[in-house]
Amino acid sequence: MTALSAAPALPEEELVRRPGFWARARRHRTFVFSGILLLAILLIAIFAPLLAPHDPFMQSIALRLKPPFWHDKTVAEHLLGTDQLGRDYLSRLIYGARISMAIGIGATLMSALIGITLGLLAGYYGGWIDTAISTVITTRLSMPIILIALAVVAIVGPSLTVVIVVLGLLLWDQFAVVTRVATQQVCTRDYVTSARVLGCSVGHILFREILPNIRAPLMVVTTVEMAHAVLLEAALSFLGLGVQAPLPSWGLMLSEAKTAMFFSPWLIVLPGACLFILALAINLMGDAMRDLTAGGRG
Amino acid sequence: MLLDVHDLHVTLPDQGRKLRAVRGVDLSVAAGETLCLVGESGCGKSMTALALMGLLPRRAERRAARLQLGETDLGSLSDGAMSALRGRRMSMIFQEPMTALNPVFTIGDQLCSVYRRHTNASGAAARARAIEVLESVGLTNAALRMRQYPHQLSGGLRQRVLIAMALICEPELMICDEPTTALDVTTQAQILHILKEAQAARNMGMIFITHDLGVVARIADRVAVMYAGRVVEEGTREAVLRQPAHPYTRGLIASVPKPGGGEPGQTRLASIAGNVPAFHQEDARCPFLSRCLHRMDVCATTPPPVRQAPAAQRFACHLLPGWTENRTGVEGRA
Amino acid sequence: MLTYLMRRTTMAVVVMAIVSVICFVLSNVASDPAVGIAGAQAIDADLAVVRQTYGLDRPLPVRYAEYIGNLLRGDFGTSYLARRPVLEMILERLPVTALLAFLSMALALAIALPLGCAAALWPNTLVDRLSQVLAVTGQAIPNFWAGLLLIVVFGVQLRWLPISGSDTLAHFVLPAITLGTFAMPPLMRLIRAGMIDVLASDYIRTARAMGIRPFVLTFKYALKNAVLPVISLAAVQLGFMLGGSIVVESIFALNGVGYLAWQSMSRSDMPVIQAIVLLISMIYIVLTLAADLLNGIMDPRLRGARK
Repeated sequence: MTALSAAPALPEEELVRRPGFWARARRHRTFVFSGILLLAILLIAIFAPLLAPHDPFMQSIALRLKPPFWHDKTVAEHLLGTDQLGRDYLSRLIYGARISMAIGIGATLMSALIGITLGLLAGYYGGWIDTAISTVITTRLSMPIILIALAVVAIVGPSLTVVIVVLGLLLWDQFAVVTRVATQQVCTRDYVTSARVLGCSVGHILFREILPNIRAPLMVVTTVEMAHAVLLEAALSFLGLGVQAPLPSWGLMLSEAKTAMFFSPWLIVLPGACLFILALAINLMGDAMRDLTAGGRG
Repeated sequence: MLLDVHDLHVTLPDQGRKLRAVRGVDLSVAAGETLCLVGESGCGKSMTALALMGLLPRRAERRAARLQLGETDLGSLSDGAMSALRGRRMSMIFQEPMTALNPVFTIGDQLCSVYRRHTNASGAAARARAIEVLESVGLTNAALRMRQYPHQLSGGLRQRVLIAMALICEPELMICDEPTTALDVTTQAQILHILKEAQAARNMGMIFITHDLGVVARIADRVAVMYAGRVVEEGTREAVLRQPAHPYTRGLIASVPKPGGGEPGQTRLASIAGNVPAFHQEDARCPFLSRCLHRMDVCATTPPPVRQAPAAQRFACHLLPGWTENRTGVEGRA
Repeated sequence: MLTYLMRRTTMAVVVMAIVSVICFVLSNVASDPAVGIAGAQAIDADLAVVRQTYGLDRPLPVRYAEYIGNLLRGDFGTSYLARRPVLEMILERLPVTALLAFLSMALALAIALPLGCAAALWPNTLVDRLSQVLAVTGQAIPNFWAGLLLIVVFGVQLRWLPISGSDTLAHFVLPAITLGTFAMPPLMRLIRAGMIDVLASDYIRTARAMGIRPFVLTFKYALKNAVLPVISLAAVQLGFMLGGSIVVESIFALNGVGYLAWQSMSRSDMPVIQAIVLLISMIYIVLTLAADLLNGIMDPRLRGARK
């Protein structure tokens, strides 16, 4: 069906990561830029308690809605101002990185596991297994992801774990599509045939022969889905059915700031900018990967 | 002369360096004449053809002392004027007929677009002309073919359609870039026949690019042998094929397997040893130096002069005209 | 072509059946419809009465069969809160969402097509860079954030456009920009990549060798080839937009299907949610089916190959 055949075709030779990957990556401007950005956000997330100047949950009636440093009426100890409950905005943004990273990594890992397994099975065995799995993939693609996620969260009750699991269970489609097509292509190659002839076990062929050879397209999908997961969590939290207050999720902060945005626009500008930078870094990393692993130059 | 080219150069930018794909080529084609451009792949023969057509890649540079089609100076034409000239006065067909036609338009549509681009013909007139020219290249059921899409035709038929498209405006010059290489032998013969007929009927000049000396023997009037971006030998078919003067041409001819010929044990192709020099290298020495069986000291220091061979062809080599090989060495060294 | 069409349609029907099972599970197994009908405060005795009255005490397969039967008769259920047929509520609001999706897609294509073509025609120039930046930016901007920023800038600071409601076409401008930004980048990337491939193809070289005008070459010969995969993607994107409209509609209080879905979510009105999911999935399935058929019509190779 439409979405299944839209999977990227693999270049003929470049399935194996060529020896000079890191050498070329080091000179790739986009890769270096997005890599540094991502690493920085990851470090901020890990060391949030050390970096945050204040307790992100500490409220203060006296210091509500203080503007950030570029404003006249700023308060010195709150660099990026405070929110409507007087909480330090910079600290909340720093802690917000933890939630986005947890979602991005957790949901993507789960999706990868589901999608790659389904794709390998469908691509390797073909036949009715392929038909069945393709039907499942098509079904998943036809369901509006955000509505399903919202509905499930509404039933189960919102929390960080629920959001990670729900997104993990929903974002596997591209992993499956790409793995399936790539596996089909790899399976026709000599080394897989010879592994079969030599009597290697199915597990050995799938995980030792095929999986390493479809690393490149999978890395690209990983970045796409990670950005997708981060933005979806933000959207769910924004709609009130994601991470719950008082946790400082960037999407939730946007939602909380909605009522105050006309008079304190920085309240929506800052968390949105954080989301944007994270999603941008992940997407750029994906573009760089596509560039570095695609055939052609090199 | 229909086509007169003097000192044509093409350079392509290649990672900061200049790749000199064509370096000082002289060519001429008279009306009704077939010139075969022969050489290994990468010797610059296709680049020469694309340069004549004004179809070089965007960043390529072309310069020439003279580049004339009839009375028109091709070198001074604007892109628009060149585009208006292509397909009308000179056209070109390519090697791969399977992919050379637009998959989403019918044969008729593609033929008529070309005709109407260059004439004020009505749709009906263009259709009639398209059917006429399709029939002239030996396509049966031309009216039906007009409504078909490329994928419904075989490779041989597609090449005929392409020839028809190239002929539809009766060009003075047609360039064929290995048009038969991708086809099977029978179809190859048919296509060559069609081209020859079309040429005779229109007194059209033709440049035929090939690396197949069998094809050269069948259709060429004159032959130009290219090596590393230069014409190394040029003359009539008889002269070049029967009495080749340049060591490279001799090697090329010797590498053709002769049907029935050759004693047992001598069936291996006499391939030419060595590699084509990198295109970045400068001109101070003979480009064929590293592969030449007859190299001399002078070859490494001075570019080869152009000489006249006994059979009247020109060739670029330090060896004297009329040199022959023998077992002890080479006679007639300069 | 006919066999292909049959297989394709069979697949669509099977997928619809699975979606219906999922929707049934959502509304009847994962959540208790009795609680929904009687309200969260209801005591066990009330729930038992409700179960009996509505036949909820029967086994699940029987209830699923009834559910399917109802669907086929056009009965998508009744809202717990509004006590009205769900289909009626959705159909009331569908025009708003459809208009939003249509405008957003039109906007996305209006930007993606010329920019993608320009980027392909002049690669590595300023236009190309600009299009890349736009694509990367558009893909990374959370669309609810974009919506809020647009409200602040154009609705509040400049006061050019209305920010809430769906009364006039002007109300759709900001939402369409928000949703269009989200759909544009993949379309533009596909057009750019497709055009670059096509422009380097043998048949374009042939056309150039025959003197076809550059304009005709680009916009007739090349674009028709490059646009084929775009049709499929546009259908998929349109389907995503219907789902994605929930965010945009809730920001701009646009009274469409997405807004209804959001209201129903926050009130746990399962029949409505279930019906919206079902309906949007079906629209998506029909859209992709239509795109495949359209591709079949536009690409003569498919017509022949899948005979």
